[in-house]
Amino acid sequence: MPFLSATDLEAIALTLRLAAVTTLILYVVGTPIAWWLSRTRSRWKGPVGAVVALPLVLPPSVLGFYLLVTMGPNGPVGWLTQTLGIGLLPFTFWGLVVGSVFYSLPFMVQPVQNAFEAIGERPLEAAATLRASPLDRFFTVALPLALPGFVTAGILSFAHTVGEFGVVLMIGGNIPGETRVASVQIYDYVEALEYADAHRLSAVLLVFSFLVLLMLYAWRPDRGTR
Amino acid sequence: MTSPRQIITAGILAAACVGNAAAGEAQIAVAANFTAPMKAIIELFEADTGHTVRASYGSTGKLYAQIKNGAPFEALLAADQRRPELLEEEGVAVDGSRFTYAIGSLVLWSADADKVQDGPALLESGDFNKLSIANPKLAPYGEASLETLEALDLKAAIEPKLVMGENIAQTYQFVDTGNADIGFVALSQVMEGGAITRGSGCIVPAGLHEPIRQDAVILARGEDDTAVAALFEYLRGEKARGVIRGFGYLAE
Repeated sequence: MPFLSATDLEAIALTLRLAAVTTLILYVVGTPIAWWLSRTRSRWKGPVGAVVALPLVLPPSVLGFYLLVTMGPNGPVGWLTQTLGIGLLPFTFWGLVVGSVFYSLPFMVQPVQNAFEAIGERPLEAAATLRASPLDRFFTVALPLALPGFVTAGILSFAHTVGEFGVVLMIGGNIPGETRVASVQIYDYVEALEYADAHRLSAVLLVFSFLVLLMLYAWRPDRGTR
Repeated sequence: MTSPRQIITAGILAAACVGNAAAGEAQIAVAANFTAPMKAIIELFEADTGHTVRASYGSTGKLYAQIKNGAPFEALLAADQRRPELLEEEGVAVDGSRFTYAIGSLVLWSADADKVQDGPALLESGDFNKLSIANPKLAPYGEASLETLEALDLKAAIEPKLVMGENIAQTYQFVDTGNADIGFVALSQVMEGGAITRGSGCIVPAGLHEPIRQDAVILARGEDDTAVAALFEYLRGEKARGVIRGFGYLAE
C-alpha cells in the first residue's frame, strides 16, 4: 500500500493550490495596503491597521460564520456575486480563496509594512531628487529594499493558509477535489476513528510545517546583517 | 469515651456524605443533534431530583476520541449505536448500561416556506442548487440520507449537488443560511412542540432508511455515581420521553 491514498494526495494538491492562489492574490491586495499603512499620517491608519489584524484574534468560527452569511443568497456579497452571474461562493474553491485571503491578510500586510517602514524616507527622497517618479521610486527603490519582508510575508501567508481549518470547515461543504483540504481530511479520519490514516496525513503536514518554518528562520538572520 | 467534639465532627462528616448522596453531579457527553432536548431534560431533571448535570455537546466521533483519551465524562449519549458498542467492547463503558434513548427522524427541509411540498418530486426535478447532508462517513443522519437517495434511485443523479456538513448541526446551518436550497436534517432541529415551525419540510418515511438508533451508555468513571444512575433512570421515564417525542424523536 502506498504511504498516502489517492484521496489524500488529492487533498494535499488542493491545499497547495489554495495556498498558492491565496498568496498570489495577497501580494496584489496586501502590498498597497502595507505601503499605505507604512506611509500615511491619516487618522484612519489605526482603524485600518486594526481591521487588517482582526483575523489574528478572531476565532475562525466567527470569520467562517460571517463569510457564510455574507456570501449566502441573503448576504450582500452573495447578492453581488449572483447579480454578476458568478453564483454563490460557499462550497466552491473560489469561496475558500476569498475566505483564505481574509484569514491570512495580516500575515502578508504586517511583514511587508514593517519592511517598508524600515526603509525610511531617505532613500526615497534621494530617488526623488534624481527625478524618479513616485511609481518609479516604488518599484525600483522601495520594492527591492523590502524584498526580505516580501519573502517572509509570502512564506507566512502560504503556510498559514495550509494550516487553515475552521474557516474551510464552515464554508467548504467537504467536497472532494473542490473544498476538502488536508486539514479537513484529517479531521474526517479522526471523527471516523480511522486513526492510522489520520497519523499518516498529520505526519506529512507536521514535517511540511516544520520545513517551512525552518526556511523562514534560516532566512531571517541574513536580513539583520543587511 | 466519645467527646462532644468527636460527635460534632462525625455529625458534620455524615451530613457531608448524605449531602453528596442526595445531590451529586453528573458530567456527561451528548451528541450534537440532541442538544436542544437534552437542555430541556436537564432542566426538568435538576428541578425534580436536586442533582446537577454538566453536559458537553459535540459530534459523537470527537466525543468518542476524547473519552478514549481520558476525558472526564461519566456517560455518553451518542448519535449512533456503533460508538457506544465499541466503548462497551473496549471495557470503557459499564456492561449492561447501554440502551436506546431516542430514534431519530430525517426530514427534507428548506428555509424557504414554499420550497418543499412533495419531497421525492422535488429531488427528482433537480430544481435546487445544492442538497446538504451530514457526512455519511461520520454521522448516522448522513448515512440515512444516502440510504434514502439510494432507495429513491436518485443517488447518482444528485451526487454532484451534494454538500456535506461535518455534523447535523452544520448541515442544518448550510440550509438555514440559504447557501443550500434544501437538505436532509434531523426533525428535532426544525420541530418545536410537535410541528415544523420554520421553512418547509417533508418527513422522510422511516422505511427508506435504517432506523437512526441513538444509544446511551454509562462510562467507567460514572459507574458508582448516583447522579448518573438517576439521570439514566430519568431518561427512561415518561417525563423525559415526552420531551424527546416533542422534538420529533421516537422513544421506545
